[in-house]
Amino acid sequence: MSELNDLMKAFGEAGGDRAVLDNHEIAHLAASGHKLLSMNSVEGLEVDAKEARTGISARVAVKEGVKLKNPVHLCFGVLHNKGTQKIRMDVTFERNASARFIAHCLFPKAEKVRHIMDAVVDIGEGAEMQYSETHYHGPYGGIEVVPKAVVRVGSNGRYFSEFTLVDGRVGTLDIDYAIEAGENAVAELTARVFGHGSDAINIKEKVVLSGDNARGLIKTRVAIEDDATAEVTGITEGNAAGARGHVDCMEIVKDRAVARAVPIVNVTHPLAKVTHEAAIGSVDKRQMETLMAHGLTPEEAVDVIVRGVLT
Amino acid sequence: MALLEIQGLTYRAHDKEILTDLAFSMDAEEIHALVGTNGTGKSTLAYLIMGCEGYRPASGEMRFDGKMISGLKIHERAAIGIAMAWQEPVRFEGISVREYLTLKHREADPSHYLEMVGLSPELYLGRMVDKCLSGGERKRIELASILALRPKLAILDEPDSGIDMLSTQDIINVINLFKQNGSAVLLITHREEIALIADRASQLCRGGIVCSGSPREVAEYYKSRKCLVCDGEVCHE
Repeated sequence: MSELNDLMKAFGEAGGDRAVLDNHEIAHLAASGHKLLSMNSVEGLEVDAKEARTGISARVAVKEGVKLKNPVHLCFGVLHNKGTQKIRMDVTFERNASARFIAHCLFPKAEKVRHIMDAVVDIGEGAEMQYSETHYHGPYGGIEVVPKAVVRVGSNGRYFSEFTLVDGRVGTLDIDYAIEAGENAVAELTARVFGHGSDAINIKEKVVLSGDNARGLIKTRVAIEDDATAEVTGITEGNAAGARGHVDCMEIVKDRAVARAVPIVNVTHPLAKVTHEAAIGSVDKRQMETLMAHGLTPEEAVDVIVRGVLT
Repeated sequence: MALLEIQGLTYRAHDKEILTDLAFSMDAEEIHALVGTNGTGKSTLAYLIMGCEGYRPASGEMRFDGKMISGLKIHERAAIGIAMAWQEPVRFEGISVREYLTLKHREADPSHYLEMVGLSPELYLGRMVDKCLSGGERKRIELASILALRPKLAILDEPDSGIDMLSTQDIINVINLFKQNGSAVLLITHREEIALIADRASQLCRGGIVCSGSPREVAEYYKSRKCLVCDGEVCHE
């Protein structure tokens, strides 16, 4: 079986639809380790991807005024139990362009795997990027995931990012995102992670609201059990008139797991406003009682609450 | 045989006696209104019947359907047919109204129960049971979820609070629906027009039932005491 078939098999097992790779109206880029397996572009989207022994680099541009009808699928993974995948992405959204990117990151057998993503994203004036990245990890926990992104959102631009890792063991996760939002720009970052065993989760997200009336939201939902640890740092800076930012972190802790939340809000303009809320603890007692009064066992109630928070 | 039979129930919190040697009973398919000023122990009695955490009687017996329930956990009481709608229902992130109404009985038709409480399935099934719902919407959804459980006893703690005046009749209709579906209802309320739909009523004062009878009799008794704040002096003189 070819590597692409293996990757698509893992993709299918993770709930993905492999037909997206056969549809010429849907752009995609698929890579296993440092090997590019498949690529398709559509009108208005430029993709220049290269493979090397040290990693994959890709330049992606959505041209001015282009609004892509279908999402662009990125399918990355390491299918062996050992390996490294380094990806460098340079993404440009030209003025008034808009597109949705869906990244599937597959590591079903990872025992000693590193996945390093380094992205630089430039959202032009009035452009909109929606990016969702979903990870599917195996049960062994031997994986290190290091996603890093530096994003600039131009005036009236919009950037929405969602990171989800709730299937399988997390391993070691070290997210580092930094966003700068210009005038009237909107930046929203959402992360949902479920840690088990000895998983170690470190999430650092920063939004700098440097343009007038810029808006930012950092929303983090983490559940950890067993001996897992999590540290979530949400930083928002309000540096311009009318800038509004909010940091919202919720961590549910079970067993011997340890969680920490560090919300940092920094305001340098008198007309900017940044707020934060952080809640860490076991499952809410009133929620538990309500669900148990609906006939759920304590275990079922915890599952429903945790699943809801991570949805 | 009464559906719910409580004898000699005493409950203390922080060295204060909230309920004292309380006796109370309800029949199957009966709507029983429980009235009383703030702080008399109405919600406490509800939590004790449901078995909420931290609510354990100091003494007394509670029987439901002939079975002693004092030692049962909240979900075990739910399993034998007790359900409760809290005065201020909690919110849940990421759980849709559809899921919430079918948590225990997946085969239940959530649309049917939403319509029963006057909410449009089209508008509400896909919404989350989170802070985006108003207080009134959340209460109606809670009532729908309890209807869907088809309990033998539904404890409704102030189902009318937070509901606009024009919707009072809707709430009365919903309470009657419980009875039509075969449930008994323990109805905690401060509103006379709601209490009057009950088959029987009781007034709770300083930890004990001081008056039981028809809702009108109890309402008249209650109003005659003029107890704006319950100090128990009039009822227990």
